[in-house]
Amino acid sequence: MNHLMPTIELSPPRPQQPIRTVALIGPPNSGKTTLFNRLTNLRQKVGNYPGITVEQHTGIILLPGHEVAVVDLPGVYSLDPHSEDERVAVTVLSGGMNGVPRPDAVLLVLDATNLARQLTLAAPVIALGLPTLALLNMGDLLAKRGGSIDAVKLAGELGIPVAIVSATQGTGLSAVENFLRQANEPGRTTTLPLVQDFRECRRWAAEVARQSDYLAPLPPAWTRRLDDLVLHKVWGPLVFMIVVGAVFQTVFGIGQPLSNALQGLLADLGQKAGSFISNGFLRSLLLDGIWKGVSAVLVFLPQILVLFLFIGLLEDSGYLARAALIADRTMHSVGLNGKAFIPLLSAYACAVPAIMASRTIENKRDRLATILVAPFMTCSARLPIYTLLIAAFIPERPVAGVLLGTRALAMLLLYVLGFVAATTTAKLLKSSILKSTAAPFVLELPEYRWPTLHSISLRLMDRARVFLQQAGTVILCVSVVVWGLINLPLHHGQPPELEQSVVARLGHFIEPAIHPLGFNWKIGVGLLTSVVAREVIVGTLGTLYGTDPATQSMSLQTALQHDLNFSGAMALLVFFAFAMQCTSTLAVVRRETNSWSWPMIQFIYMTALAFIAALIVNHALSVLN
Amino acid sequence: MADCVRLSDLELGESAVIEELALSVSERQFLTRFGFFVGAEVRCSRRAPLGDPIVYSLDGSEIALRAETARRILVSRVEAKR
Ligand SMILES: Nc1nc2c(ncn2[C@@H]2O[C@H](COP(=O)(O)OP(=O)(O)O)[C@@H](O)[C@H]2O)c(=O)[nH]1
Repeated sequence: MNHLMPTIELSPPRPQQPIRTVALIGPPNSGKTTLFNRLTNLRQKVGNYPGITVEQHTGIILLPGHEVAVVDLPGVYSLDPHSEDERVAVTVLSGGMNGVPRPDAVLLVLDATNLARQLTLAAPVIALGLPTLALLNMGDLLAKRGGSIDAVKLAGELGIPVAIVSATQGTGLSAVENFLRQANEPGRTTTLPLVQDFRECRRWAAEVARQSDYLAPLPPAWTRRLDDLVLHKVWGPLVFMIVVGAVFQTVFGIGQPLSNALQGLLADLGQKAGSFISNGFLRSLLLDGIWKGVSAVLVFLPQILVLFLFIGLLEDSGYLARAALIADRTMHSVGLNGKAFIPLLSAYACAVPAIMASRTIENKRDRLATILVAPFMTCSARLPIYTLLIAAFIPERPVAGVLLGTRALAMLLLYVLGFVAATTTAKLLKSSILKSTAAPFVLELPEYRWPTLHSISLRLMDRARVFLQQAGTVILCVSVVVWGLINLPLHHGQPPELEQSVVARLGHFIEPAIHPLGFNWKIGVGLLTSVVAREVIVGTLGTLYGTDPATQSMSLQTALQHDLNFSGAMALLVFFAFAMQCTSTLAVVRRETNSWSWPMIQFIYMTALAFIAALIVNHALSVLN
Repeated sequence: MADCVRLSDLELGESAVIEELALSVSERQFLTRFGFFVGAEVRCSRRAPLGDPIVYSLDGSEIALRAETARRILVSRVEAKR
């Protein structure tokens, strides 16, 4: 050992009681999640640490006779609290995290194929003085690629037990069980570098690896060869387009129809069940209030699952990092990073899964910027109102021969409008409140690996549960509240006609505010009910015009032409392009940012923008006519 | 040390030792995590198809930096060993 190195001596204390809580720590990509899933199986919970965006995964390891709680810490390279993730790790390990018991022991996960570097984290972790087991993960890859390590020597160097494991194959894990049962074995004295100095730790790590006869495996030849293709000047972008096209096509072409089919099925089920309830009000509450709310939550599941299936495949295989590398130049020009590409692209189908997918962006500020701009992308829930208004107010004329007509052009312009709003907002955010000066963009290219069914299905279940539990409740509540606004006050024990309901009064109430945009109170009611979901406005307007004697006999299109002039209609289109008329998105933003302030800011910003843009459009077009 | 160049100026396949990181303290601390510190040896291993970011090999990992960051890291070239 280098004797000039500042060192500290320590001998880990013996815990008095059996281990109740163990923390799982390791650098990013060391296989920590896979190991956590392997150890806990489905006995896990996901939440958020209070006040921050870092997810808290906890689980239970069942041992004969007792249970051990496992806390999965975020992937970190060091325990110097410079980033939010590292702060979380340090706070949990020191027992200072609210609601998390102080860990009695630590499982340190390291990627055995890159041990000389990964051991850097061992120094600060061992220095904590907790009983620690080092798990050299990816043991299968190490052996396969001709590497080796003398685990006994390494244990001697580190002063802690060491086991070679494979999280994907589940080998070597009995060591964890033994450790958790006998962790109160006396610890040994060891020599550590000054743990605050990352470079010292790194040098120490390389030395420890050398002393333990670490033979690094051959560099992954396959990864090199595949990267020659995937990052090739010509073939690279081609592969990228094919992959991205496949994601888009599947989310749109499979996820969406599945969601629609599910919606139909749930509505049918509701109808059938509803016929058994005779009381009109109760039936309406259960069916139109609660059941519709439940359906509104469930219909997002197919899209979320399909998108996360892809993200799982891309991330686990290692391609996601390459895709980010290819997209970064373009995304950088709008102030975001390459990893925002797939989330933003999928926002064209629906912002809800897209915002959940932004979790792959490590940089917190870039991630927040992506979350905040994603709802500007033209999602499919905008299409019903777009097609209705375009068909009613824009006469079909050829613009460029048979290729492009006025209606298609209008639709295209609305897509462009959303895109421009998203990129402009992103640039604005990134040059002001979300300017990241502390962390330049760094992208690690992991080696390619085969994704496993086990890990992907656990990941899907995890996301589905997070969505249902943490966003679903908000969506359900808002649906029921809006149902109440539509169905109250009761009139002789019956729900009122829509014109007499609370929401209609609210519509009249806001009419003076939306009059300058060219909207009457009926449109106002549509705007209010569509906070549940954008497409709801079409149904609401249908009901309102259908019960009004003046417009009763007309189709919705004709009725709208009766009530709305051209400039008002265009203003309404623009309003929908910008406005945040979507509770589900707000609920997901709240869950992903772990705060109500970001969704509130987003709502106010988008609504203000929509209002001003609609005002300008209405006035400009009125003047022109 | 006579011929310091920018990290972004390395040709594909060239190796160099980091001499200076002309970055803020927090940026430096962040990059240290990934192995970019004074004295570390890096090799320019490839470029993204659009030329930016640039991928560097160091210590067995492949790590991409944007040219705007690599431009502010000064390195001295090492002669190819073989
Ligand atoms: N061959 C092999 N692959 C593994 C092993 N453990 C994890 N992986 C893979 O390594 C990748 C990263 O694993 P993950 O658990 O997501 O890492 P984390 O970032 O540390 O949570 C995934 O593709 C896993 O399937 C292992 O023991 N052997």
